[in-house]
Amino acid sequence: MGISRRNFCKTIAGSAVSVAVLAAMPVRLLASWSDKAFAADKLEDAIAAKYGALPIEESTAIQIKAPEIAENGAFVPVTVSTTIPGATNISIFTPANFSPMVASFDVLPRMKPEVSVRIRMAKTANLVVIAQVGGKLYRATREIKVTIGGCGG
Amino acid sequence: MKIKAVVQNNVVAVKMLIPHPMETGRRKEQNGAIVPAHFITEVTASCNGETVFHAELGPGVSKDPYLSFQFTGGKAGEKMKVSWVDNKGGTETAEEPITAM
Repeated sequence: MGISRRNFCKTIAGSAVSVAVLAAMPVRLLASWSDKAFAADKLEDAIAAKYGALPIEESTAIQIKAPEIAENGAFVPVTVSTTIPGATNISIFTPANFSPMVASFDVLPRMKPEVSVRIRMAKTANLVVIAQVGGKLYRATREIKVTIGGCGG
Repeated sequence: MKIKAVVQNNVVAVKMLIPHPMETGRRKEQNGAIVPAHFITEVTASCNGETVFHAELGPGVSKDPYLSFQFTGGKAGEKMKVSWVDNKGGTETAEEPITAM
């Protein structure tokens, strides 16, 4: 069957649309951002949205380095690490914020399971760190006192 | 974006500072208008083409995010490449060679 003019035009129009769709794509190509976990407004919901219904166990093998009292909640320096072998992801949460999920780090094969980041905390609250090891989650919690909240004006 | 990658004993320590407003979408201007959310969502770092670091960030990360991590097996002179994307589709990529301690 030869290419009729009508079909040819249709094909051209179709590919123009797909090019437009592709142009809007690059942002999503890097990987998928856990939008549901970041949008959750409760700590438990955020954890469930990120990891699903995996069992959580309290662990002392997760270390949280952070000031006991943070004078400025807009910049709370936090270092989290774990000595649990085989951890594939470490995430930081705090119920102080409207969106409890703060950041999530994939522990890639060559990476050490330790990261530092500066975070916002709206008020005195717990810092909750979750490490994923296979189909299991480990949790460590530490309270940080915040003198001046870091969200809002 | 500033990147510093220093190798010691086969371990590369990477520090980065990314200038970005990291607006939460809840802050108000003096006239009461809400400043729209504008924050980095993902940061990826690779060494000689292999991804060694991937982070998802939310508005809970401070303005001008500072991140640091370590990975093994890097050598001085190898290229450290860091890129980020934000929720508005903004993006930046920067490269910096690994230096010896």
